[in-house]
Amino acid sequence: MQQPNKLSPFFENLNFEREDNTMVINFGPQHPSAHGQLRLVLELDGEQVVNAYPDIGYLHRGVEKMAENMTYNEFLPTTDRLDYIASTSNNYGYALAVEKLLGIEAPRRAQVIRTMLLEINRIISHLFFIATHALDIGAMSVFLYAFREREFAMDLMEDYCGARLTHSAVRIGGVPLDIPSDWMKNVRAFCDKLDEEIEITYEALLTENRIWKMRLEDVGIVPPEEALSWGCTGPMLRGSGIPYDIRKEEPYELYPELDFDIPVSDTNDSYGRYRIYIEEMKQSTRILRQLIPMYDDTEPQLMAHAPQYISAPKEEIMTQNYALMQHFVLVTQGMRPPKGEVYVATESPKGELGFYIKSEGEPYAYRLKIRAPSFYHTGYLQKMLLGGYIPDVVTMISTTNIVFGEVDR
Amino acid sequence: MRKYVPKGNVQKQSYYTDRYHVVPQVPRLAVEEDEFFAPQLKILKAKVEIKEASIQIGQMIVEVNAKDNFKAIETLKNECGYAMCSEISAVDYLAQDGEFEIFYQMLNLKSAKRMRLVCRIKENEAIESVEPLFNSANFAEREMFDLFGIYVNNHPFLKRIIMPDDWEGHPLLKTYPLIGDEFASWYEVDKIFGKDAREAIGPENRDPARIERYDTKRFSRVGREVPFDADISQGEPETKIEYSQTVLVNYNKSQKQLDKRK
Amino acid sequence: MAQHQVNYASAAGLPIALTTADHLINWGRSNSLWPLTYGLACCAIEMMAAGGSRYDFDRFGTIFRASPRQSDVMILAGTLSKKHSEFARRLYDQMTEPKWVISMGSCANTGGMFNTYATVQGVDRIIPVDIYLPGCAPRPETLQYALMMLQTKIRRESANMNKNKKQNLRLI
Repeated sequence: MQQPNKLSPFFENLNFEREDNTMVINFGPQHPSAHGQLRLVLELDGEQVVNAYPDIGYLHRGVEKMAENMTYNEFLPTTDRLDYIASTSNNYGYALAVEKLLGIEAPRRAQVIRTMLLEINRIISHLFFIATHALDIGAMSVFLYAFREREFAMDLMEDYCGARLTHSAVRIGGVPLDIPSDWMKNVRAFCDKLDEEIEITYEALLTENRIWKMRLEDVGIVPPEEALSWGCTGPMLRGSGIPYDIRKEEPYELYPELDFDIPVSDTNDSYGRYRIYIEEMKQSTRILRQLIPMYDDTEPQLMAHAPQYISAPKEEIMTQNYALMQHFVLVTQGMRPPKGEVYVATESPKGELGFYIKSEGEPYAYRLKIRAPSFYHTGYLQKMLLGGYIPDVVTMISTTNIVFGEVDR
Repeated sequence: MRKYVPKGNVQKQSYYTDRYHVVPQVPRLAVEEDEFFAPQLKILKAKVEIKEASIQIGQMIVEVNAKDNFKAIETLKNECGYAMCSEISAVDYLAQDGEFEIFYQMLNLKSAKRMRLVCRIKENEAIESVEPLFNSANFAEREMFDLFGIYVNNHPFLKRIIMPDDWEGHPLLKTYPLIGDEFASWYEVDKIFGKDAREAIGPENRDPARIERYDTKRFSRVGREVPFDADISQGEPETKIEYSQTVLVNYNKSQKQLDKRK
Repeated sequence: MAQHQVNYASAAGLPIALTTADHLINWGRSNSLWPLTYGLACCAIEMMAAGGSRYDFDRFGTIFRASPRQSDVMILAGTLSKKHSEFARRLYDQMTEPKWVISMGSCANTGGMFNTYATVQGVDRIIPVDIYLPGCAPRPETLQYALMMLQTKIRRESANMNKNKKQNLRLI
């Protein structure tokens, strides 16, 4: 029996002296390519991976437990810290689930703003993917270029909500703020800049690059039937030739009114997935451009009108007694949604982000389950890595685009 | 006398509920009236016993007996076209009914429809793994085992996944407090330094508003800075604050506009 | 920073610079602080942004190293969970002296918003911390300022690390 003190952790229990001529190596949790805190225990035959055990939980923070101890509005900032690369997608997924439970709908201006924020977040996340994917493979300069454009997108988010990383820019029932002046102009300029940079920088640096192709092509093959069985979603699913995008198939917000395409690759490999990410960024700028004129024909209302659940606008709270009372009750006790259960899936940049909420009519959710796409992608690593070589392990981890905030929750 | 606190559910409770408050219910529609879900329920009915079925917020919810879960999922996969199992987890109803509710969230990609299969098990019962049908259950069921302590039969690798292997307790149970129990609060200290170090390190601070007045190891008061780890229980001398002249530039005084942005 | 520049003119044009060993060693130490790439959570993204093109950490002489044996500073960027804590301590022990620790973000400082069973309530329970950096998540400028504060601290200290009394947490 191991002594429980004196720095003797578990991985020393692994049996390194094996008789079947395989070697066990430990990868992570502190590894520059581990995308946070992934720990992999790899069993190797020569250079080939025979068995892989992803060990997760190094960033478990008890988010689902916190949801049971917080009112619905209190929990919203916590969702920022799930997929911290695209916070607004989480805020939105959660807000949409609660709105479905309450049976309310955000006003049109809020929908326009939300859709814009979601697409800006998609761009932020995809740029981050390109940056880290290239960095993992060894292309350092792409990281610097991608972070340059990412900062411009973060500036847009900062102008809107004041935060760079943890936005909380979407509220249950709408959005808290109208857009600042000149913001639309900046969005348009950003779209032009990004389209140009994708063409002259990222695609020029990577797409036809011989080394890039050699490292990515036929690495990390995801056959369609495995992708379905292992619960892969988002670019992992579309990279296997299955054209399923929740924005198209189960539309929410303004997506049914917008004109955009879903890139699909049938090569099943990392290179196809990389092309999908690039193409999705282009589609996101296309969506943003369509949304800019839509903003002008909307009413200025930003939050849904549902006095039982959502506080009135600040002017009404300050001037009308009943609105103030409602606000006081909602702040001190929290909203009480009806009894029932809801599962709402949204297309986050990583895949299907679902929120399952079980409400018992109390101000605290009885159970909140977050269906994180990265969790299932990490689970798929134990199949995906088999037969791969040691240098390709890093490629395969980064092509799944996992974020540990949402894997471990 | 101490106030009685129920031990079955130690999560935060609403401190005040209006006695006239009637909890509304999310509308439940009959499955028979829906043209997509009705034939599927019929197929499912032929195979397993259905306890309850309804449609809530656009998704069919079917409750079956816990022993039929594998058969029901198999039917859904092979005959109803639910090609993906998005999520498996549980809800703790031990305090009310002595049962866990386990749900399987299924997705039909062809027609973009979702349904949820629900079954209930008693506290010490185990459930059959659906890992042979959907590999995504591999991680999901492990997580369920870890956080709820629900045993899953025939799972290939049932082991704790989120919490450390030597963790005590299952955190998502309603009996488990949010800030953890005694074991959790000393976990990292016991692990790294050993139990002997508990006294030197001290208990965790769980009160975010706590300020320790005489703690000079971590912080010192502005204007009353003292050397590291000095004893100030008898009061500390006031030190005059000297701000650097170069850091605090009065931008209003200079005529030059430094920042041309708005 | 000016006091560390060698002024040749003051020595009557002779290529002689007079200084103390403390100053000279600390000048070298403070201007080549190599942090460990140790991203824990959200703050790690801001740490990467600080190393990226707009904020450019390299001009401080700060280059991220992937191995604890090559690094001087450990930036604990993000939530430290109880499962991870022994690894964090292990990495800290693997770093060679002299070493400093920056605790970045509310979660690392005090547990922050995650007042739960799974989070270490402040990394100073297991690792002695030099700079606490507030914010959730701190901006890259904040991290750069923290590094400048750490440089100031190093320059003020004695070069002999035994003289600098640290938080006595080394129980083993």
